[in-house]
Amino acid sequence: MGENTKKTIKTIKVDMDKCNGCRTCEMICSAFHAVPKYSSVNPARSRIRLIRHPLRDIYVPVHAGEYVNAECAGRDKYVINGKEYEECAFCRASCPSREEFKEPDSGLPLTCDMCEGEDEPLCVKWCLNDALTYEEREEEVEEDEIKAQTEMEIGLEALADRFGLEKITDAVARMREKEQ
Amino acid sequence: MRYAETGFNLEIDLSRGNIERVESDPELTKHYLGGLGTNAKILWDRVPPEVEPFSPENVLIFSAGLLCGTPAIGCNRTIVSTISPQTKLMAFSMMGGFWAPELKYAGYDRVILRGKSPDLVYLWIKNDQVEIRDASHLKGLGATETAELIRQELNEPKAQVASIGMAGENRVYFASIEQGRSSASRLGIGAVMGDKGVKAIAVRGTKDINIAQPAEYLELCHEVMEYIKWRNDNPVPGVMTIMQGIGSPQEMKVHDEKWHTENFMWGNTRVRRKDFWNEEVEQQWTKTMDSMRTRFISCYNCPMECGATITPPGQPTYMMKCFSKLTYTMAAFSDLDFGLKIAQRATEYGVDGFSAPQVMAFAVELYENGILTDKDMSGMPSDNEGRFYWLLDRIVRREGIGDVLANGTYWAAKEIGGGAEEYAHNNIKKHEQLPLKLSMLNPIYFLMYCTGEKINITQIEGQFPQAPYPKREEREAFVKDWFQVPDEKFKQYFLDWEPRGENSNPYYPTVRMSCEIVDWQEMMHYIDDALGMCAGLSSFPLKPPYHIHNYPKFITAGAGIEMDEAKLTKAARRYRTLVRAVNIRRGMRRADEKPPENHWKKRFPELEKDLLDTYYRFKGWNNDGVPTKETLHELSLDYVTEDFIKRGILTDNDGDGLSDETSVKDKSK
Ligand code: SF4
Ligand code: SF4
Ligand code: SF4
Repeated sequence: MGENTKKTIKTIKVDMDKCNGCRTCEMICSAFHAVPKYSSVNPARSRIRLIRHPLRDIYVPVHAGEYVNAECAGRDKYVINGKEYEECAFCRASCPSREEFKEPDSGLPLTCDMCEGEDEPLCVKWCLNDALTYEEREEEVEEDEIKAQTEMEIGLEALADRFGLEKITDAVARMREKEQ
Repeated sequence: MRYAETGFNLEIDLSRGNIERVESDPELTKHYLGGLGTNAKILWDRVPPEVEPFSPENVLIFSAGLLCGTPAIGCNRTIVSTISPQTKLMAFSMMGGFWAPELKYAGYDRVILRGKSPDLVYLWIKNDQVEIRDASHLKGLGATETAELIRQELNEPKAQVASIGMAGENRVYFASIEQGRSSASRLGIGAVMGDKGVKAIAVRGTKDINIAQPAEYLELCHEVMEYIKWRNDNPVPGVMTIMQGIGSPQEMKVHDEKWHTENFMWGNTRVRRKDFWNEEVEQQWTKTMDSMRTRFISCYNCPMECGATITPPGQPTYMMKCFSKLTYTMAAFSDLDFGLKIAQRATEYGVDGFSAPQVMAFAVELYENGILTDKDMSGMPSDNEGRFYWLLDRIVRREGIGDVLANGTYWAAKEIGGGAEEYAHNNIKKHEQLPLKLSMLNPIYFLMYCTGEKINITQIEGQFPQAPYPKREEREAFVKDWFQVPDEKFKQYFLDWEPRGENSNPYYPTVRMSCEIVDWQEMMHYIDDALGMCAGLSSFPLKPPYHIHNYPKFITAGAGIEMDEAKLTKAARRYRTLVRAVNIRRGMRRADEKPPENHWKKRFPELEKDLLDTYYRFKGWNNDGVPTKETLHELSLDYVTEDFIKRGILTDNDGDGLSDETSVKDKSK
C-alpha cells in the first residue's frame, strides 16, 4: 500500500445545450497534437469527437478515455428529453466496436491527455461558446494509482492485442538488428 | 510538400464514368489563390462562350477555398462555379457548413464535373476511394432527406453531403445545392448539377492538411479569436441591430423583423408597409420563432452560430440560414409561421430563398392583373398561402405554368408576354434582387448594383457604412478604431459624409471616392471567395476580424506563398478581371450593367453615366466594360487579350484610352 498523496483532478465540463456543432474542438486538438505542434490539421486524429445529428438535435462532445481491447457485452441507449442517444454515445473508450478515438492510418488508440503543458485544454480555449469549461480540484489518492500509462505503452498494448505480444517482440528484435 | 492546399483535383467525366486524381500546378495557386480564383481560370480555359449551361461541356466546379481546413476561424466555404442557366454568365455561389474542409481532409482541393451521367447518380468520396453510385432510389427526394439516406446507406454518419432536391433534378433556374446548414443558392447552379445527373456528392476525409509556418499561423488565429471576442462585446453603434455585430446577419438570434418588414418590400417587391409592425405582431412572431427554433448552429470551426435548426410543428426539422426567414413571409403578405413552414418544404425541394418567393409573388401579381388566367392557374387554391404552396409544387416539378415560372421572372415574363415584362421589375442581368426600393440614389450602391458580377448586393457590399452618421462626433468615434481600411483616406471620406447638404448623396461620396470604396468592398469579397473565408467574418460586416492587413500573413504562414498587401491586391484584381473576361466573352456589356429601373425614385442620368465611365476607367476597362489590353497585360492575362482579339472583342490597335489620373497603375501607388 502506497502513501496518500494529493492529486489534481482535471475535469472538462461539457454543456451539450451550448454546443453548436462547429467541431472547432476536434480541429484544434488534432493540430495541437501534430508533430511539430500545429503543423497539420486532421479532425480524425483528435482526442475529442463530436457526435452530431443536427436533425435530431444531438450534440455530444466526447473526450477520448481509456483504451480497451474488448467491446462491452451489452449496450445501452439513453433517452433524454425525448431524444434517443445512440449506443456508446457517452462512452469515452477507444474500443474495437467503433472508429472513434483511433489514428486513421495505424488504428492506434488515442487518449485525451488534457493538453499537457498548456495552461488550459485547447478544446476548451477554442470553444468560445462555453460548451466546454475546465475545472480543477484536488483529491487524495494512493500513490500507486498515479502511475498513468504513457501514450507509447497504450499504443503497444493495442498492438499486442491486435497481433499478439510475440509478434511484436519479434518485430522489435528485427528492428533493433537493422539499427545495429 | 503543399501547404494549406492538398495539391490534387478530382476530375470526373460523368458521360464516361471516368474518375481521375490530378495533381495541380502550384504556380496556378500563386496566381489565382484557389477557390473562386482557380475556378475562374478553369472556366476560362475549358468552357468557351458557345457552350450552353446545360451542355455536357459546361463544367461544374466544387472548390474548397485555399485556407479551408486550416485553423483559420470561419474558413469553410465551398465555391461552386459554372455557367448559370438563368444569366448565361459565370455563376459562383458559395456555401458554408462543413463540406469544403471535409473535401480537403479527403485529399482534394476541388471536384470538377464535366459531361452528363445518363442515369441519376451520386458521388462518394472517401479519401482515395471515389465512386459513382446509382441514385435512382433517391429520385424526387428532398435535399435533406437525400443526405440522411446516403449517410445511412454508406454507414458513414460523418460524411458531409451536398445534394439537390426536386428543383435541381428538374433544372429549375433558381435551384440550389443544399448542404446541412448551408446552401449554394444563387444563379441556378443546382439546375446544372441536376442536368449533369448528379443528385449528391458525399465526402469523408481523414487525412492531414499541412501548415507552412505553424507557430506564426496559430498566432494569427489567436489574434483573430481575441478580436472576435472583443467584437462580440463591442457592437458598432449607430447602425441597425443586424449590422452591429459580426457573422452572417444574425437573423436567427435577433428579432429584427420590425426593421425588415417596414423597410423591405412585400409581395412582388411592390408594397412598403411602414406601419406594419405592432405589439400584437411582435408577440405572435416572437412566439413563433421561439417555439420552432431548436438550436443555434455554426459552420465548421466557427463560434458565430448564424444558423438554426427549425422544427415547425408536424413537419421535419430543417436548418435555416439567414434571411429566408422573411422572404416567403413577405412575398406572400403572410406571417412568420407561414414563412418558417414553407421554408422547410422549399429547403427540401432545394430552391433559392430569394428568387423562389419573388417568382411566386410575380405569378400571383400577374394573375391578379389578368395576365395569367384561370386557365393557366387551373387548380390553384383561392387562399393566399395555399397559392404559394401550390405554385412552389408546380415550379419544382415544372408542371403547367410551373414550367414557365421555373425559369425565373425574366424568362417567364418573356414567355408569358401580354405585358408581363413590366412585372419582372426587380432584376439585374436577368437575376432577381433583394426586395428593396429606395428613394435617393446612393452613388456607391449604384456602382455595386451595376457592376457586381455575383449579381447580389450582399456579395459586394460591406466595409463602408451604408449610410452617413448624423453627427460628426459619432463619425469620429466610428473611425477611431477602424484599422481595417486599406488607406487612411477612407476615414476622411466617412467623416465628411453628411445626411443632408452639400456632402450628401447623390454627389457625395464623390465619383472618385465612390469608385475607391466600391473597389475596396468588392476586393474583400473576392479575397474571401478565393480563401474560402465566410464573408460574415470578413467582407460583409463592418470592422471584421479578417482584412487586407492580416490576410497576406495568413496566406504566407498558412500556404507558404510569399504574400504582401500589394501582391494580394493584384492577385485579387487578376481573377476578378478574369471573371469579367469570362462574362465579356459570353456577351456581357455596359448595357447589361444597370440597376432595376425603379430601384431608386430619384435618378441622376448624368451623374450615373459619370460614375460608370469613371469606374470602368478606374478598373482598367474600356467604356463598354471590357478590360483593356494594358490592364490584361499588367495582370499577366495576355491570353485573354489574344482571345479577345481573335473574337473581335478588342482590336489590335485598341489603345487603353485611360486618362492617367484614374488608371489602375496610378491607383496601386
Ligand atoms: S468547439 Fe464547443 S461548440 Fe464547437 S463542437 Fe466543440 S464543444 Fe461544440
Ligand atoms: S483536452 Fe486537449 S487532448 Fe484532450 S481533447 Fe481537449 S484538446 Fe484534445
Ligand atoms: S460566421 Fe456564421 S455563416 Fe459564417 S462561418 Fe461562422 S457560423 Fe457560418
